[in-house]
Amino acid sequence: MKLTVWTYEGPPHVGAMRVATGMKGLHYVLHAPQGDTYADLLFTMIERRDHRPPVSYTTFQARDLGADTAHLFKDACRDAYDRFQPEAIIVGASCTAELIQDDPGGLAETMGLPVPVIPLELPSYQRKENFGCDETFFQIVKHLTRPQELTQRITANLLGPTGLGFRHRDDIQEITAILGDLGIDVNVVAPMGATPADITRLPAAHFNVLMYPETGEAAARWLERNHDQPYTKIVPIGVGATRDFIAEVRAITGVEGQVDDSRLRLPWYSKSVDSTYLTGKRVFLFGDATHVKAAARIARDEMGFEVAGLGCYNREFARDIRALAKEFGVEPLITDDYLDVEKAIEAAQPEMILGTQMERHIGKRLGIPCAVISAPVHVQDFPARYSPQMGWEGANVIFDTWVHPLVMGLEEHLLHMFRDDFEFHDAAGPSHHGGHAPRPMDASERDEAPATPVVQTDGSIVWLADAEKELRKIPFFVRGKARRNTELYAADKGVSEISVDTLYEAKAHYAR
Amino acid sequence: MNDYTSIPSSGGCRDLPVLKERGQREVFCGLTGIIWLHRKMQDAFFLVVGSRTCAHLLQSAAGVMIFAEPRFGTAILEEKDLAGLADAQEELDREVDQLLSRRPDIRQLFLVGSCPSEVIKLDLARAAERLTQIHAPHVRVLNYSGSGIETTFTEGEDACLASMVPGLAETRERELLIVGALPDVVEDQALGLLNDLGIDRVRTLPARRADDAPEVGPNTVFALTQPFLGETHAALTRRGARHIQAPFPFGEEGTTAWLRAVADEFDVSAETFERVTAAPRARARKAIAAQAAELNGKSVFFFPDSQLELPLARFLTRECGMDAIEVGAPFIHKGLVGPDMDLIAPGPVISEGQDVDLQLDRARAARPDLTVCGLGLANPLEAEGLATKWAIELVFTPVHFYEQAGDLAGLFSRPLRRRERLRLEAAE
Ligand code: SF4
Repeated sequence: MKLTVWTYEGPPHVGAMRVATGMKGLHYVLHAPQGDTYADLLFTMIERRDHRPPVSYTTFQARDLGADTAHLFKDACRDAYDRFQPEAIIVGASCTAELIQDDPGGLAETMGLPVPVIPLELPSYQRKENFGCDETFFQIVKHLTRPQELTQRITANLLGPTGLGFRHRDDIQEITAILGDLGIDVNVVAPMGATPADITRLPAAHFNVLMYPETGEAAARWLERNHDQPYTKIVPIGVGATRDFIAEVRAITGVEGQVDDSRLRLPWYSKSVDSTYLTGKRVFLFGDATHVKAAARIARDEMGFEVAGLGCYNREFARDIRALAKEFGVEPLITDDYLDVEKAIEAAQPEMILGTQMERHIGKRLGIPCAVISAPVHVQDFPARYSPQMGWEGANVIFDTWVHPLVMGLEEHLLHMFRDDFEFHDAAGPSHHGGHAPRPMDASERDEAPATPVVQTDGSIVWLADAEKELRKIPFFVRGKARRNTELYAADKGVSEISVDTLYEAKAHYAR
Repeated sequence: MNDYTSIPSSGGCRDLPVLKERGQREVFCGLTGIIWLHRKMQDAFFLVVGSRTCAHLLQSAAGVMIFAEPRFGTAILEEKDLAGLADAQEELDREVDQLLSRRPDIRQLFLVGSCPSEVIKLDLARAAERLTQIHAPHVRVLNYSGSGIETTFTEGEDACLASMVPGLAETRERELLIVGALPDVVEDQALGLLNDLGIDRVRTLPARRADDAPEVGPNTVFALTQPFLGETHAALTRRGARHIQAPFPFGEEGTTAWLRAVADEFDVSAETFERVTAAPRARARKAIAAQAAELNGKSVFFFPDSQLELPLARFLTRECGMDAIEVGAPFIHKGLVGPDMDLIAPGPVISEGQDVDLQLDRARAARPDLTVCGLGLANPLEAEGLATKWAIELVFTPVHFYEQAGDLAGLFSRPLRRRERLRLEAAE
């Protein structure tokens, strides 16, 4: 038993729903009680879908339990087939149905439905949403693909995009354009937009682009083993990664086409003088492993930030994230408990967070700006405008998104100079945010907030009142850094009380 | 009945046949009530014993990411809890110990059963008894079911309030008990009106804090503010309390009828009643009229959701001039909503339970001007050209009594007004 207030991932059958809802012509018969229908609203409200998810819930009740829930399941299956006439059906159990052991797969098989019926085994008490996506897509691919002649032109499948994915809709468009420039056609995009018939045709492509390892890796591996389709290992998020991805595709296919990068603005924007203020900003990264990996590279190499900490919530990718953390010289944080993430962020005192919607809330509480880089999704993660993460336009979008929460260049200087000015005071926040900016806490609130000293040995460090006051005069967006540096310096020198002098000695020490 | 409400000359719809359906339901489970109950009871914690699905439902239905000091959580059952039940009880003790030591502000702890905990027959009643012994007197531990196999949406609140009744202290006083978790501002308005009527021994269930818990006994009379409180009604009746039957206090007419029934019980004179209610009644009528212009003559179709459907259909048909095509409710408890049904003119299909696909077929055929439905159906129906009102807002928004009557009408008129207003085509 584990007490949870909020979870990064839903249960695995929600992952199966993401696959089913992304696809067309597929229906999911889910053995589940009525309350589980809440999951429909994730798609109709967060993603603003204009159709109900293609899911029939059996909605069994307590009084059915003694009687015949298996019969209910079969009825639901037959009704779903008659009404929706899908090309294929996936069947499975939610957490409750898993306990009553009706075996939806076995039941559906005996019904002799005229379409393929794919049973899903999603262990609700062990696994989570991303696993549900990956496993469901894999089962669909395994059941439906048939050996095919390769297409005459060089083609690729795009694997991994699902319903409720973080910017999947726009990433597909961006990758399709890059492949188009290279002279490569897209054979099938799946699960998003694919019908069961399209899935059959997957082996006709020359290779697979694995867009999101979280949701498509099992299928990509299976296709490689069984249909000799290589798949790309680089996720093209960021300028460098996109260039590497293009090189990888060239190596797989031998194509030589050029990719038009005239729309790419990130490199120049990052070099332009206004961006100088981004140098060495300490950022903390948290999200799904794929987006965190990509963001770490962008942060360091393309924005000139310093990565102060990183982690992911999906344990399946813990090994990758540990390796990444090693490369960046920070401690990896692998957890699905947002309180652990909050603690790590408080300890690291970053100047910005690149995280999920949860870290955005944590940032609000701690007065640290945050940009969202990863699922779990929120209605804000489905903007009306085109805003991919992948490819050139993705890089442009990322530049804008990450810079937006920060105080802009010249403004930063003004804040230093006029920090007591009524318009520039701490609590005003970045001027371009208007009324609902994530307001940094005001001085008193902030300093009463538990500012975990970095060093907490037995002789823990105390701030003398004067020094504390002086610290408060430092603008909010560098105050965390000043506090942290001073404490490190004090610990280093064996000083247990921080005075104004210690503060300025530390400043001189760290001045570059 | 009284002179403020007139039964339609054609008779109401209480005794007309009800279309009973049994198929796929598209409704929340009772856990959802925690979203508002934990705001109402300020020293209570709701600990769901369930699965990741339950935790995900709560965070999704709340539509918020996190509260600073959340007073609800889910103890997620894991593989090892499912293996042996003795363990699960110990695990629960440990979780509760940790929770209560971290949160000394908590005075009431509700162990909330879910489908998984019920299917594995985890005995939360026993757990609650044991934990109460351990943590008394500071914390009282209660339990109820919010599971989807036992409860539909608002039945969770009913189960919660019913679980509190046996533990209420006994009294012989003649007191009025107002039952139902209302937003504080609305509750205060109601208490103000009752006070002005001269009824001063009034208590509420649930109380805002554990120490203010009401007492109950054979001289208690109670009035329900929500139509879904059937179990609570039964539990109070078992304690000897007597129910004051009335239409529910939605709209000017509903509020007046509800107050009238209470006033009659306490022998409030007609003059006093008139003096106290005249001004707010006039205000409510005026506020409704401002919204009703858009609703008048329009048709409405209710999908089953909160059990508020029948009282609201009464309000919309009688006070806003709408025509009801179908009024679907998850359950129809005639002992509670009968007085509202008496006031609804025959005509609409009254349905109980659900087969969502069949009901969607009926809605599509009828093409109502406004469809009241859950969040899972709203955008898909909008995409088919039907205006919708999310039912969940009706339980999350202050809508009871006079001062909210206009807001209540506004919840229904806004989607229609928005459609009127949008111009998304070329001018020519
Ligand atoms: S229906 Fe049952 S399993 Fe689903 S969220 Fe509600 S209590 Fe949990």
